[in-house]
Amino acid sequence: MKKFEYTEKKDTRSGFGDGLYELGKKNPDVVALCADLTGSLKMNAFANEFPERFIQSGIAEANMMGAAAGMTIGGKIPFAGTFAGFATGRVYDQIRQSIAYSNKNVKICASHAGITLGEDGATHQIMEDIGLMKMLPNMTVINPCDYNQTKAATKAIADYMGPVYLRFGRPAIPVFTPADQKFEIGKAVQLTEGSDLTIFATGHLVWESILACQVLEKKGISVELINIHTIKPLDKNAVLQSVAKTKAVVTAEEHMMNGGLGDSIAQLLALENPTPVEMVAVDDTFGESGTPAQLMEKYGVDSKSVVAAAERVLKRK
Amino acid sequence: MSNADSGKLKEIAFNIRKEVLKSLHQAQSGHLGGSLGLADIFTVLYFHFLNHKPKNPSWPERDRLILSIGHVVPVQYASLALAGYFPKEELYTLRKLGSRLQGHPGKSHGLPGIELSSGSLGQGLSIAVGMAIAAKADKKAHRIVSIHGDGELQEGSIWEAAMSASHYKLDNIIAIVDRNHKQIDGDTKSVMQIEPLTDKWKAFGWNVLMCDGNSIEDIIITLQNADKCKDKPSVVIAETKMSKGIKEIEDNHQWHGKVPGDDEIEKFIHALTK
Ligand SMILES: [Mg+2]
Repeated sequence: MKKFEYTEKKDTRSGFGDGLYELGKKNPDVVALCADLTGSLKMNAFANEFPERFIQSGIAEANMMGAAAGMTIGGKIPFAGTFAGFATGRVYDQIRQSIAYSNKNVKICASHAGITLGEDGATHQIMEDIGLMKMLPNMTVINPCDYNQTKAATKAIADYMGPVYLRFGRPAIPVFTPADQKFEIGKAVQLTEGSDLTIFATGHLVWESILACQVLEKKGISVELINIHTIKPLDKNAVLQSVAKTKAVVTAEEHMMNGGLGDSIAQLLALENPTPVEMVAVDDTFGESGTPAQLMEKYGVDSKSVVAAAERVLKRK
Repeated sequence: MSNADSGKLKEIAFNIRKEVLKSLHQAQSGHLGGSLGLADIFTVLYFHFLNHKPKNPSWPERDRLILSIGHVVPVQYASLALAGYFPKEELYTLRKLGSRLQGHPGKSHGLPGIELSSGSLGQGLSIAVGMAIAAKADKKAHRIVSIHGDGELQEGSIWEAAMSASHYKLDNIIAIVDRNHKQIDGDTKSVMQIEPLTDKWKAFGWNVLMCDGNSIEDIIITLQNADKCKDKPSVVIAETKMSKGIKEIEDNHQWHGKVPGDDEIEKFIHALTK
């Protein structure tokens, strides 16, 4: 199996902040809005360097989303940032009508997504956001896997015309994708080649799946690992091609099973090529306070859960 | 009230601050500044103003306390423990896996004295409105006290609730605004101006009272006055200092979401005065 190495750990939200800062230097149409979480979203560099293009929205997310939609008219490219829960559920109708239905060029930038937010607990650990956003027509949904990919994705979505939901997280995790990668929206990234099963992973679970692949390889199981950084539009060809070969699937994500990557893949396979699927995801429960590692273990979204799901699906082949 | 009574309450406020410091120190994450700033208000509420029974937390006649700013819950946990709702030792499980003391209050975790889950801002006043309407419908005399941040008032939903509270003449609500002039990104006046605050609440039909939110005596008198108001909801704009009690870090917004380190905890506890 291909070796994956990393020299440092970094949070994906810093990838967003650094990408946004570079965009600011390059593209005068890029503006940023934030709802009193500038430090948490690492937007300080942009805010300090381009104060005339940074709109502090206060703790008023509904107004921020509406204002972002308004700013697109005339050509600005607003990046509106807050925690994932407040960026989706809190303002769902503003997003639905003023951004998605109106097809406005707003980039919704959602940090601290998922259970790895940790100690703050369930009120802040949204695991429904991918589902909420992918259900909206016109919405693109992206969940990159590490610092470098988040930075590349942040820059790439400025060149795409249309609403985007960009999801990233709080904890420092291994940086293992190339710094110079070209980010292609809607294009899956194959990480390993294998024949026994395919793991489709997104976000923080991509690294966990790499760890799982190392364990599975020692057990003589050949895994094809594919990073689905764009959940919508889904790279259907990549999914179907791999599954035609391996005939068994594990999906892995830091999200509810309902509404996540897993059910997008399962829906595609049910329609096109019915195949056994096991899902690594949170099963219809709210989270709680704890360290990210404790919570990933308790709620079944870590490398161990991926290994167990792989073994289950092979028995169903 | 007598000097002896007020001395007793100051002692309790001191102990609440000490427990806030200790529980956040062991947790190594959470929100110290607002929790310390509210210690005097929580002391008056739980040890003087509210009708409640720590051994019977669901007593139907109890006054309801709604913490709309869930992130300062360490001050509520410390108050509940010292009032006898649960053993003090449990405070040191704050934010740990499996604890009833969630980082933001989680109703389903079963901690006595918690009325609802909160943490996402701007929702508590609507809950208070619902409780107040229900109490009036049932001809119950209990009061509803809700606690809000000044930054939280930037949420539009607060003003939807404010409008309905005066529309329904909910004089059984007292909303307390923790006016520390700070929020995560800095001073409220630079992040998003909320003044003229008194005029805003008045325009929404509320009885508005001001007080020194770090003075036990002033908090007591103000709440008594709020209680007397009929046919209108009351809001108390309580001027407080973030991190009140520890001079070194008072009024510094960087302590919104910070906790004392190993090198600071003894110094901070020592700095507290009764
Ligand atoms: Mg404040």
